[in-house]
Amino acid sequence: MRVRVDTAKCQGHNRCYALAPELFDVDDYGNAHELNDGVVPAGLEDKARLALANCPEYAISIEE
Amino acid sequence: MTNLYGPVSDWQNDFDHADPSYNENIHEIWNDLLENKKCPVAHTERYGGTWLPLTHEYVHEIAYDTEHFTSRSVVVSRLKPSQMEIPPPPAPIGNAPPISSDPPFHHEARRLLLPAFAPKKIEPWEEEVRQICNELIDNMGDAEFVDAAIQYAQHIPVMVIARMLGLPLEDSDKFRGWVHLVLESVNEEPEKRRKKFEEFEAYLSYHVQDHIENPRDDLITYLLNAEIMGNKLMPEHVRGTIVLLLIAGIDTTWSGIGSSLWHLATNSVDRRRLVENPGLRPTAVEEFLRAYAPVTMARLVKEDYDFHGCPMKAEDWVLLPFPAANRDPSVFEEADKVIIDREENRHAAFGLGIHRCVGSNLARLEMNVAIDVFLERFPDFELNTSEEVKWSVGQVRGPRSLPVRVLARR
Repeated sequence: MRVRVDTAKCQGHNRCYALAPELFDVDDYGNAHELNDGVVPAGLEDKARLALANCPEYAISIEE
Repeated sequence: MTNLYGPVSDWQNDFDHADPSYNENIHEIWNDLLENKKCPVAHTERYGGTWLPLTHEYVHEIAYDTEHFTSRSVVVSRLKPSQMEIPPPPAPIGNAPPISSDPPFHHEARRLLLPAFAPKKIEPWEEEVRQICNELIDNMGDAEFVDAAIQYAQHIPVMVIARMLGLPLEDSDKFRGWVHLVLESVNEEPEKRRKKFEEFEAYLSYHVQDHIENPRDDLITYLLNAEIMGNKLMPEHVRGTIVLLLIAGIDTTWSGIGSSLWHLATNSVDRRRLVENPGLRPTAVEEFLRAYAPVTMARLVKEDYDFHGCPMKAEDWVLLPFPAANRDPSVFEEADKVIIDREENRHAAFGLGIHRCVGSNLARLEMNVAIDVFLERFPDFELNTSEEVKWSVGQVRGPRSLPVRVLARR
């Protein structure tokens, strides 16, 4: 599984970083990006889905 | 207080968001309006013409549409910018950048503020917020009856933002007075309001000058030294941003904390669950943010524009009720129910698009800590029904008085 942050859509709500800090980080402006090129380590799939389901800007996508 | 507009009897065609009964009955009013599906946009001639779209789709669309809507003034008032004696600086800067700014200036003005409010800059404030909350509870002594808004919620964000800006903590009553002036008194006579705005301006000028003479490590000094495209900020930009941080940093979070505690005081099952399961509290706070989102923003229509059949005129106000978008059943399952372990929650309490609340990380921290400390210290409490809950008036909704009976304390 892979996660992606669409940086054009991200407005820095910071939900993904709060819910899944293993998968996302934020820069000095509070904008998010995926860690480890978006690869979701085994066992963290639910966290990835949780981050997607809580992004107000629909900026996160998942490739299964 | 002399109100310019009287009570509302027709919410579809003559609504008034600053009528006290609006915030008191907000969910019933929205539900009634939405049953009229022909045009889920209410209208009023009040304030010179104002629209109220209620669906997530429409609120989302307007929040993203900076071509037809300007942020030049984001608080619906009796006077439009063009009618004011001293009109606010024109778009794209506006009177409180960056909330009042349009692209492309908005991007630069916002970029200046974002680092100060980024998650990793806000996290270190947790201990201080926790200490403030505990002191407020200590100050209540062993009183059985307390006011969770007046003795608790209203103080927390004021103390934090005053410290961040570098303004005297003992002026917090003044700050709350100006919050009331800017946001709650929109229905009062403009002449009366103008005098108070002048006092606010004088206070800001004094403290800006003081920071010029005595620079220190705070946000006002930061703004005075900051540059946009190689130039120092104009004095009205510095003052406008201080106004924004002060006003938006206070009553929004105060309202968010107050509404959450109102829910817990009136829902013993949810309260018990959160006392027993502290790990669930952050998820519950997100649900309180969805269900009781405090902030409705506003835009001005740039040019005459047909919005889904609504004939909007240039300089009409458009309210952006993110709290109504958060209860749209086409986006949220069981939207009318408060579900404290709701897993999927794309709520828009902090806005959508380029104007996402710059202080959202701080607001979340304050709400989480405030709820956490209240539940730890008062594991059992209920609404004191012998006194009245008083709700705010206008675009920010939350309890201004929340009488509570403490049944257990630690």
